Order: sequence, then C-alpha cells, then structure tokens
Amino acid sequence: MSDAPAVEARGLIRRFGDDAALQEVSFDVAPGELYGIIGPDGAGKTTLFRILVTLLLPDAGSARVLGRDVVKELWKLRTRIGYMPGRFSLYPDLSVIENLTFFASLFDTTVAEAKETIEPIWVQLEQFAGRRAGALSGGMKQKLALCCALVHRPEILFLDEPTTGVDAVSRKEFWDLLARMRDEGLPIVVSTPYMDEATRCDRVSLMQAGRLLVTDRPDAIGRAYPRPLVAVRGPDILGLLGALRRFPHVAAAWPFGEAVHYTDARRDAAPDLITRELSAHVASAGLEGVSMSPIPAGIEDAFMWYMTEQAAA
Amino acid sequence: MSEHAIDARELTRRFGSFTAVDRITFHVEPGEVFGFLGANGAGKTTAIRMLIGVLAPTSGSATVAGFDIRTQAEQVRRRIGYMSQKFSLYEDLTVQENITLYGGIYGVSDKDIVTRTGEILTRIGLEHAGKALVREIPLGWKQQLAFCVALLHRPAVVFLDEPTGGVDPITRRKFWELIYETGAAGTSVLVTTHYLDEAEYCRRISIMVDGAVAAMGTPAEVRKAMGAETLDEVFLKLTRPGSGAAA
Repeated sequence: MSDAPAVEARGLIRRFGDDAALQEVSFDVAPGELYGIIGPDGAGKTTLFRILVTLLLPDAGSARVLGRDVVKELWKLRTRIGYMPGRFSLYPDLSVIENLTFFASLFDTTVAEAKETIEPIWVQLEQFAGRRAGALSGGMKQKLALCCALVHRPEILFLDEPTTGVDAVSRKEFWDLLARMRDEGLPIVVSTPYMDEATRCDRVSLMQAGRLLVTDRPDAIGRAYPRPLVAVRGPDILGLLGALRRFPHVAAAWPFGEAVHYTDARRDAAPDLITRELSAHVASAGLEGVSMSPIPAGIEDAFMWYMTEQAAA
Repeated sequence: MSEHAIDARELTRRFGSFTAVDRITFHVEPGEVFGFLGANGAGKTTAIRMLIGVLAPTSGSATVAGFDIRTQAEQVRRRIGYMSQKFSLYEDLTVQENITLYGGIYGVSDKDIVTRTGEILTRIGLEHAGKALVREIPLGWKQQLAFCVALLHRPAVVFLDEPTGGVDPITRRKFWELIYETGAAGTSVLVTTHYLDEAEYCRRISIMVDGAVAAMGTPAEVRKAMGAETLDEVFLKLTRPGSGAAA
C-alpha cells in the first residue's frame, strides 16, 4: 500500500432536483485512519458515501479512493472497497452462514479465505451461524453486515451509520471492533448521527446541510470553540433558558441534559466575570438553587455553534 | 384512585415461558418528564403496550391517569397520547388536515380544533406551512408536529417512543424544550430511548434489564448509586456485569 491518502475528495457537488445534497465537499483520509463523518439525517452523509463507493456520480468535483478515481476507474476500485450501507441489506431469509457464503461468492472468494480477516467478529457471531439473519438482534445484524462487507478482504471500509438504532452496549462493542481493525492498518470511513461517537475517531468532519462545518481531531474541535462556555444548573431548566436568553451578552443557551450550556458573545471575557454577572442576572430573575461553572466545549457544542454560524452566513 | 399519573405495581407480562416484563413497580408524577430506558429487548415496549391499554398484564396492576389498565382500558386510552418514532402522521395530507383528522378521532370539538391548530402552528413556527403536505416538511418539524398532535386532546400522560432519533442537535433541543413546556403545563411525559445522553434531560429515569427495573432515580442519583461518571457507564455495568465497564 502507498502513502497516498486513502480518500481524497475535492469539491464534490451533487444535486437531486432542487435539493443540493452535497455542496463542495473536500477532505482527505490518511492511510490507516479511522475517520468519522458526523451529522444528522439529511446532512448528505449517504450521498457522500455512495459517491465514494462508486455507486453514484457527482455533478462536479472529484474523488480518489486508494489512489483511484471513483468515476473513471470504478471497476478497478469496486473489489477493493468494503461498503456497509445504512439500511440492513442482507437476506433475512438466509442464515448467517448462507449470507456470508453468498457475499463471498459474489467476489469470487470463499469464507475460508476470509477467515483471518473476519475472525474478531466471527467469534461473536459463530453461535448464531444457522439462524436466519432476519431473526438476529440489532447488534448481531450489524456484526453480520460488517462480516459481509469484509469477506472479500477490502483495503478500505466505508460504514454508513452502522450503529443507528443499536443499544449503547452493542454500539460500544462495535466501535471496539472498528478500533481493532484500524490498529491493523485498515482505513475506515464511518458516518454517524451520534455526536458522542466522534471521540472514537482519529479525525472527524461535522456535516450539516450538504457541507462540512469543520474537520479536525475530536479533542481539537472542542478546544477551538470560539467563545467562553458556562454550564448552568438549577431545578427549573425552562426558567433558566428564558433568563439566560434575555442576558445582554448571550450568544447561545441550549439545554444539555440536567444543565444549560451558555455561550457568551464576548470572545475574551474572563470566566469569573461572566459567572459573576450571570449569577446576579439569574438571581434578579427570581431563580433559586442555581450553580454554574466554566466548562470546555464538546463536539455537540461545537456542532451547534458552527451550524448557527453557517445558517447566518 | 392513585394521585400519580402512572402507578405500576409488580406489573408482569409473560409470553409462554418467557417473562418479558418482570414485576416492575414505579410511578410518574403529574407533569413529570420520566425516562424509560433499557437495551433493545429489555421489555420497554411490552411495558408500554400494557400502560397504554392495548396488552393485558399477566399479573400485577397499574393505573394511568387514575384508571385501571386492566378494567378501564378504554378510559386509559382516551386520556393518553402516544407518539412513536414511526410518526403516525399521514404523509399525503397537509399539516392542517392531519391536525383536523386527529382532533376528530380524539373527539375534540371543531371549535377547539381551530383554536388548537393555530396554537400549535404558532408554537412550532409552522404558521406558513399549514397547507404543506406533511411529506414535504423537514424531519424535525414532523417530530414536533407529531408530538403536538399527540397532545391535541389534552391527555394526562403522553408516551414518546424513541422520539428524537436522527435530527441535528439544535432541532433535538427544540424538541426537548417542547417536552419541558408540556411537563410544566401539567402533562406527564414518559420517554423511551436507548440513547443515554437523551436520558439526562429527564427528571427521573428507570433502566430496565431483562424485564426488570435495575435502577431508578434522577440521572444524578442513578450515576452516584452505580459509582459511574456517565449513564453510558451505568448502562454497561448493568447489562455487562464484570466487563470492567470503565468505557
């Protein structure tokens, strides 16, 4: 394998009628990188994946995967790519082992030849080998789909929302598997609507309305949050939201579980000044039992900030 | 008659030899936002089907809005709202037509339907879109509309089954603000989800494991009781004991 990027996307544009699904999307995935595309339904993640796996043509822009052009060299690429689409796309009436055998035969290989590649997943699936795929739990379906995407020993893996609808424990196990495969050198591009999964990736792009809002390491995205952020807690979240949004220096106030995350519009205001002013403000609004502390921003804070900025642009 | 919006005692449902819901006891206060959590297959859906009066319990009892789910299922169904992740809206009808249709089904008077339609559209910022087909409006708006439609007949309790999957973080928060307003207005909200960051928005939560309630309290109480930093960690400890859950 060369040192060339595993994926190079340049100015990808794709429309469906009046709907601009992708608006100039550019990014690189390094060899051996676990790369996340994080965004809600309708952000354009699936369109992007379909272009990268050679199933859809872009209207403009270009992309190379493993150094090959996804439009001009699609036949050279297809057998080298593993793709797990978002919708469960296996045969529910075939057994686990029948599905796997079928996908192996499509790529002119056998399950035996793929044994080493799929081993870490297969050990968890093996006990269900004879069960109909349609009768598997959500987590096991995902693992079977991953096995089928790996059975021809691809050199890169594209996983479109592999963890959607799967419970927290199965999600964790699935990400552990991905980390293992990444450690063995396989580049993986994965999309997800769950912001908390960003931290499992080496680098991520946050995607919204057909555009990449920001691309970086997950921890760097939080650190680059451009304004002071304060977590405000109290028994009356609705009351807090109202009061904080009336504060003259508010840039944003959003519920965040048991707290409200307040962003100050003043870029360089000192945190203790902000909390002092805010405390006086919420007290004058008649709110009791309120505590607050400056906090570092997370992926979700950043997503909302850049999303608001984009909408205003 | 119970003062609680939901009062379940030893509620149990067996299918053959399989116990889907195993003696669960919990209550929800009027106006409380309660998170009903559990892994896929933990028994959440079976429990909810009993609480909304469409599935009889094998043993145990529950009242919802003061009515017995076993003997007064009809009254229960009239006093609750229900919204699932597969929105129950008609895609081929307009926003307004959906509201009118559901209002009629729930026996809301024509006069009230007109007033409440106006209120709903203003609240969720859809005033301009009353005549748009539901299939043409964005997912986030559909969710908010489906929620408002489930509240049209002013139910005492509204059940939300995985309500906010897939939307962007701002739309998700707008939805939660709508839930908080609903609670503040006195309607109890029971939310099922398997996304644990979602659970942090609830006043209290219960976590079901293998049909039984394994933990219950405010999110902070549950984290503390389990010695965990996050609810994700709590969940791992409960469902994979001994797996060294420090994710």
